[in-house]
Amino acid sequence: MKQFFAFVKKEFYHIWRDKRTMFILLGMPVVQIVIFGFALTNEVKNANIAVLDNSKDESTTSLIAQLDASRYFAVEKNLVSYKEVDEEFKKGKIKLAIVFPPHFAEDLQHFNKAQVQLIADASDPNTANQLTNYATAIIHDYQDRITNNRKLPYTINTEMQMLYNPQLKGAFNFVPGVMAMVLLMVCTLMTAITIVKEKEMGTMEIMLVSPMRPQLVVLAKAVPYLLLSIINITSILLLSVFVLEVPINGSLILLGSESILFTLVSLSLGLLISSGAASQQTAMFIALVALFLPTVMLSGFMFPVENMPLPLRIVSNIVPAKWYFSIVKSVMIKGLGFNGVWKETLILTGMMTFFLTMAIKRFKIRLA
Amino acid sequence: MVDDKVITAHKLTKKFGDFTAVDHISFDVHKGEIFGFLGANGAGKTTAMRMLCGLSLPTSGEATVAGFDVYKKNEKIKKSIGYMSQKFSLYEDLTVKENMEFYGGIYHMTDKFIKEKTEIILDQLGLKKEGNLLVRSLPLGWKQKLAFSVAMFHEPGIIFLDEPTGGVDPITRREFWNLIYHAAENGTTIFVTTHYMDEAEYCNRVSIMVDGRIEALDSPTQLKKTYEAASMDEVFLKLARKAVRTAD
Repeated sequence: MKQFFAFVKKEFYHIWRDKRTMFILLGMPVVQIVIFGFALTNEVKNANIAVLDNSKDESTTSLIAQLDASRYFAVEKNLVSYKEVDEEFKKGKIKLAIVFPPHFAEDLQHFNKAQVQLIADASDPNTANQLTNYATAIIHDYQDRITNNRKLPYTINTEMQMLYNPQLKGAFNFVPGVMAMVLLMVCTLMTAITIVKEKEMGTMEIMLVSPMRPQLVVLAKAVPYLLLSIINITSILLLSVFVLEVPINGSLILLGSESILFTLVSLSLGLLISSGAASQQTAMFIALVALFLPTVMLSGFMFPVENMPLPLRIVSNIVPAKWYFSIVKSVMIKGLGFNGVWKETLILTGMMTFFLTMAIKRFKIRLA
Repeated sequence: MVDDKVITAHKLTKKFGDFTAVDHISFDVHKGEIFGFLGANGAGKTTAMRMLCGLSLPTSGEATVAGFDVYKKNEKIKKSIGYMSQKFSLYEDLTVKENMEFYGGIYHMTDKFIKEKTEIILDQLGLKKEGNLLVRSLPLGWKQKLAFSVAMFHEPGIIFLDEPTGGVDPITRREFWNLIYHAAENGTTIFVTTHYMDEAEYCNRVSIMVDGRIEALDSPTQLKKTYEAASMDEVFLKLARKAVRTAD
C-alpha cells in the first residue's frame, strides 16, 4: 500500500506542477457549460426578419406587431418592393421575409381567404424550418382569434404537453452531453498521455525494474484523474442547477455513481490506449480521432442516433458515451431510478471490465 | 568461491524473430566487483542487461542474479537490484527530495529510513541546499550523479548501470566513477555498460561484446597483454572490427 500511495502522491505532484494543464482540466467544464449555455444553442431567438407589407391595413399591422413581439422574431426592416427581399437575403441580414399581398384584410373579410408568403433562408435548413413553423403558428393564432366569434362546424383542438422539459431548453440536452465529453477528455486523454510520457522519459523502465507490480502502476495512474473527474462532475452539476436552471430530478447519489462508473470506463480506455501507443502524439491522436469524434457524433448529443443509417446506429452502440448520455438524461432530466437505467449500467460495467482487463494484460506483455 | 558469484549467465540468448540480439553469452560476476560490459552500439549490451534485470525474458540459456533464477524469481531479483537506465530517469518536475521519497516509497522503505537516507545522499553529493529544487533546474552532471544515488537508494547488492555517463563532461565522469568506487568498496556489485574506453580501465574485469557474443573477458591489464595493445581503446578496436552488424 505504501508503494501505491507514494506513486499517487507523485502523480499529484505532476498535475500540481503543471499548472496550465491543471487549469485547463478544471476550467474546461466551466467554459464548456458557459459556452453551450449562453452562446451555442439551436433554439431560435430574435431572428431578424423583413416585412413587405403591400396592404398596410389593420390586419397586417396587427400581425406584424405580434410577430415582432414574439421572442422568436425581431422585425429588422420594412421593405417597399419585392426586389428588396432578394437583396436583403443576399446581404445576409435577415433569416425570414414575410410578404403580404395588397388588400389582405379585404380578402380576409370578403372571401374568407387571404394569403401570406413566407420566404426563408434555407442555407441553414433547420433554422429555416423552425422559423417558418413559428411564423405559421403565430399567423394561425391570429386567425383563431378573429374566427373566435364565428361558429365552425368542426374543430380539432390539439393540446401539447412537453414532458420533462416544458420550456424546451437546450440545456436539458447539452448538460448530459458536456458531462460525457468532459469526463472522456480528462480521463481518457490525460491517463493515456501520462503513461506514455513515462515510457518516453524512460521512467517506466525504472518502474518495471522496481518491485512495484505493473498492475499497481496502472491503477495508481488512474487515481488522481478519478479525483479530478469528481471535481469536474460536481462543478458541472452545480453550474447546471444554479446557473442554467436544469433540475436534477432523479437521485443525486445514483447520478454520481453512474458518473463515476463512466469515469472508470474512460480511465480504462485511456490505460488501454497508452498500452498501445509509443509516443504522446500517438496517444493524443488515438484519443482524439478514435474517441472524441465518435463521442460527439454518435452519442446522440449533437445528432439524434435514431435518424442515422443502420450501420452507424450499430457502431454507435460501442461508443461508451452514448450509454452514459442516456443514463444522465434518464436520471437527471426524467428522474428515473436505477430500474430505468440498469441496462445501460450493465453495458458500461461490461465495457469497463473489458478495457481494464485488456489494458492490464497488454501492460504485462510488455514486461516479458 | 561459489557463494561469491552474484551474477551468473550460461549460454544466455535473446532472439527477436530471426535476429539474435544476444548469442549464447556466459560469464560470472563476483561480489563487490566492477564489471564492465563493453560493446559497440547495437552489440547487444542493453538487451543482455535487460534480461538480467527482469525487463525482458531470455529466449534460452540460464542466468541467476543474486542467486535467483531470471525466469522464475523475477520478483525477488527486483528487490535486490538497482538500475539506472540510459535515459535520464528522474522526474524533472519533482524536487530532489520528492524524487528520493518516491523511489524510497516504491521500494517499501520506511519514512524514517527515507528521511535519513535523503540527508546522507544530499550531504554526499554536496546538494544540501538544492534538496527542494526541481530536478529540471539542475545541471546534467548533477542529475546523473543524483540518478545514481537514487538507484542506490534502497541499498541493493547489485546495481546495473546502462551507459550512465553518456553526454557528461570528463570531470563529472571522474566524479561519477568515484561514486561507483565508493559503492564497490561497500560491497555493492557494479555491472556497467559503457563505450568510453577510459572508463573500461576503471573496471576490475571487462567483457567485450561483438555481434551479440562475448569476444573477450578479462581484467583490462590482461586484455591489453593478450591483444598486445597499449590501451583498452586498441583492444576494443581490434575486436570491434570483426563486427558484421552495423549500429542502428
